[in-house]
Amino acid sequence: MHELSLCDDLMRQVTALAAEHRARRVASITLRMGPLSGVEPDLLRNAFEISRAGSVAETAELLIEPQPVRVRCRRCGAESEASVNNLLCRACGAFETALISGDELILARVELLNEE
Amino acid sequence: MCDTCGCNITSGNRHLLLDMPKATTPVSVLSTLLAHNDKQAETNRARLDRQGILAVNLMSSPGSGKTALLEATIAQLKSRLRIAVIEGDLETENDAARIRAQGVVAHQITTGTACHLDAHLVEGALDQIDLGQIDLLFIENVGNLVCPASFDLGHHLNVTLLSVTEGDDKPAKYPVMFRAADLMLVTKSDLLPHLDDFSPQRAEQHLRALANPAPVLTLSSRKNQGMEVWLQWLQEQVVAHKSRVAQQETLKPRVQKEGRALHQAAPAVRFRPVKPVHDHVD
Ligand SMILES: Nc1nc2c(ncn2[C@@H]2O[C@H](COP(=O)(O)OP(=O)(O)OP(=O)(O)O)[C@@H](O)[C@H]2O)c(=O)[nH]1
Ligand SMILES: [Zn+2]
Ligand SMILES: [Zn+2]
Ligand SMILES: [Zn+2]
Repeated sequence: MHELSLCDDLMRQVTALAAEHRARRVASITLRMGPLSGVEPDLLRNAFEISRAGSVAETAELLIEPQPVRVRCRRCGAESEASVNNLLCRACGAFETALISGDELILARVELLNEE
Repeated sequence: MCDTCGCNITSGNRHLLLDMPKATTPVSVLSTLLAHNDKQAETNRARLDRQGILAVNLMSSPGSGKTALLEATIAQLKSRLRIAVIEGDLETENDAARIRAQGVVAHQITTGTACHLDAHLVEGALDQIDLGQIDLLFIENVGNLVCPASFDLGHHLNVTLLSVTEGDDKPAKYPVMFRAADLMLVTKSDLLPHLDDFSPQRAEQHLRALANPAPVLTLSSRKNQGMEVWLQWLQEQVVAHKSRVAQQETLKPRVQKEGRALHQAAPAVRFRPVKPVHDHVD
């Protein structure tokens, strides 16, 4: 389950941020994830439960913002909705498309609790 | 509660302040979850590039023929190229032993429970190999069509195997893996005459549906069919890489690199303190 190693990386970044801002605790962690990131949100949530124990993020809420799969066509320039196993241009059918959203695996936001 | 002037905090109500919901500070980050792995991967890649080594990552389901392909490839290329292999496996040293029998250096990483190689594991293996003596490094990833695709190892090219005994719709079922392929190899082609439900053309169509323009080659390492095109491709890649590093350039595998570049617009950390709402009750 590679979600566990992802959580290690996540905890490393969150812990560093908390230390940098002298926060006592982390209130929430927001991730942006697309279905082509190769990560299962449910597995990641389970892994997070394990990784956060005893850390500054022990009571943090994990917020996952799912991202849509979208492509831009290099042939006709159209931008269209796509699906994980069909990234063809919906306008002209070309396979020469570039993914513009859907493979994100991004730590977007961390909410820190600064107790005085 | 006012925290700028402190006007309404007295010794009498100070304790109330402590019981208030605490101020939170949202910090925008926008960095990849894999930042730590990716950094190590860049270090590995720079280390390989300094020696002019091309690193090729082989990925597939368990048993699609990665080790057999390496045995056959090494047998035919070792007189022309200096080759070493890093083997990723859950438990055994078997694959490395098969490679060593071909007379080249093989280092086995046994991952235990980890279902994929990562850049740190590969760094440890690189320490064990005399990199000054190598042109081409193969990394045989753990047999798994899910996890390895997410981890950049510091290699240059992804080669994804699909054996004819699997379904030709594997690319549609494992889009993350097959989207990352720089080359797709349809393996065990000697078995095609016995199978009526696998079509290399359909496999290629499923790959194209992932917007992946990677070449598709069909071969059998057991019966030595279609090997020349693959060996030719490899040798061209080695030559291309040598001239690339001579120009101080490198090549990244298709591990989600497009997406990452596009979605990372913000600076590393933006600190945005948010004041609690002002609620004077004068
Ligand atoms: N008919 C045929 N069988 C093959 C061919 N290549 C490999 N095999 C057989 O497929 C089985 C698995 O081959 P390996 O090379 O060990 O596969 P692998 O991908 O390295 O396996 P893992 O490392 O366990 O994931 C063995 O029984 C091989 O003999 C081929 O070209 N034709
Ligand atoms: Zn895994
Ligand atoms: Zn189009
Ligand atoms: Zn193997």
